[in-house]
Amino acid sequence: MQIYLPIAELPVNVLLVLFMGLAVGFISGMFGIGGGFLMTPLLIFIGISPAVAVASVASHVAASSFSGAINYWRRRALDPALAGMLLIGGLIGTTAGVMLFTLLRALGQLDLTIGLSYLVLLGTVGSMMIAESVQAILRARGGRPAEIRRPGSHMWIHGLPLKMRFKVSKIYVSVIPIWLIGFVIGFIGAIMGIGGGFLLVPALIYLIRVPTGVVIGTSMVLTLVTMAYATVIHAATNHLVDAVLALILMIGGVIGAQFGARTGARFSGEQLRLLLGILVLAVGLRFAYDLIVQPVDLYTVRPVEEQSL
Amino acid sequence: MRARTAALGMLLALAAPAQAERLITTLSTSRVLISSNFTGADVVLFGSVERDAQTVARRGGYDIVITVTGPRETVVTYRKERVAGVWVNADSRTFVKAPSYLTVLSNRTINDIADINTLRRTQTGLARTLLPQEISGDIADSTRDDPFRQAFLRLKIERGLYREIQNGVTFLTPALYRAAIPIPDNAPTGSYEVDVKLFADGALLARQQTALEIVKVGFEQFVAAAAREHGLFYGLATALMALLTGWLASVVFRKD
Repeated sequence: MQIYLPIAELPVNVLLVLFMGLAVGFISGMFGIGGGFLMTPLLIFIGISPAVAVASVASHVAASSFSGAINYWRRRALDPALAGMLLIGGLIGTTAGVMLFTLLRALGQLDLTIGLSYLVLLGTVGSMMIAESVQAILRARGGRPAEIRRPGSHMWIHGLPLKMRFKVSKIYVSVIPIWLIGFVIGFIGAIMGIGGGFLLVPALIYLIRVPTGVVIGTSMVLTLVTMAYATVIHAATNHLVDAVLALILMIGGVIGAQFGARTGARFSGEQLRLLLGILVLAVGLRFAYDLIVQPVDLYTVRPVEEQSL
Repeated sequence: MRARTAALGMLLALAAPAQAERLITTLSTSRVLISSNFTGADVVLFGSVERDAQTVARRGGYDIVITVTGPRETVVTYRKERVAGVWVNADSRTFVKAPSYLTVLSNRTINDIADINTLRRTQTGLARTLLPQEISGDIADSTRDDPFRQAFLRLKIERGLYREIQNGVTFLTPALYRAAIPIPDNAPTGSYEVDVKLFADGALLARQQTALEIVKVGFEQFVAAAAREHGLFYGLATALMALLTGWLASVVFRKD
């Protein structure tokens, strides 16, 4: 069943795109990530131009994370105050990221920057998550109680001023690192065309010590708002959001996210972190492969007017 | 005086090239409509070679070459090179106003139709199409074996946007011909030039141009126009649609 996409300007198989939405939605619901770092490469693979893919994926991610966030909200598994503080930094970061993106494009080194950032970020974050979660799982197996939060393990972060109490997360920390994390996620997300959930989740767990149960729902709120914001910005500036493509992806995505969220609830936090770590590392290695192995075709053709954000 | 003018007129008539043949062409449609079920189309071109009483007989018969050129766009062709262990876009060439779509149809192998100089002069065939590059501010066509030019042609052919169909023109009678112009599903919208050239005995005798338009219609047109002209509202609508879809799913799948 083929349908012609009005902005991407080519026909696609509806069922294939729907299935891709389902699969990525499942993963995003399960791990509480947007799934942009999986969906964008998939769309490019089926022939959609990178620019249209990135712009349209933003709205798909917004839909999946909204449906996921509602689920977590019902289970009281998200912290609205923390999400609000993250958003302040997130929206400023997104705007700054778009500006740097435009600059890099003008310099002609955007591809390399994106490839290297994916490799470095996904590689390190993935390996760190795997190492940490394997340790946690081994500890639990060994009968020792899983290390929760030791009161004495205060880092320099906890010495910063402007402290605020986050009731749901049961933490009392400075808002400065939270704004900073929001900013970095928004900034990196705008450059790499991703929601940044896979970075945000470990950052909140390891740096701010937010309980794992609250992290995913909270991260979804940030992803939801930044991606909805990105959709509007992309549409207003580049005119590259394909609403038809977005709708098909969304329908698959929200259904997948529901099942993913339920499947995710059956795993422990450590197991989820291990699985997500493996996934993130795999995508990172995929980018490494592209950068290191000689490409089949050394040449690429790209229209000059085309925006690749 | 009057006699002189008449004589001059006769001389001029004699000196005028013996352009006896005329081309008449018609397209099965001058507008290809893209709706949501568009998966490509064929536009059929019909034409005839009109001769008048003075036309000399052409021993070798007629040859027809049809060149269809899509909207022009400026593109960059990048070449990757290994720098410090990773493959990066190291070198690039900018092709200025290259056709986004280019199909050359002929009734037989183009190289048999005329000699290479004639083909070059008349830009007949994919390999002889001008693809000007921008080189440090200047714009010039590259040599035929320039690797960037060859890569550009190859990539366009792989995407189905450039084609050379050496038996794409069929003569129904010695003067009546027919050709099917393939419009692939990824063809860009816009105005396409159709250029028909008539050759005989290796010489260009006549040439005729017509045009073809590829447009989006109905829902496709509505969405594309909304995205282009009301970007902000379009974006807000899409974002709202995302929220609605997400909310709907959580309601539908609510379990408690």
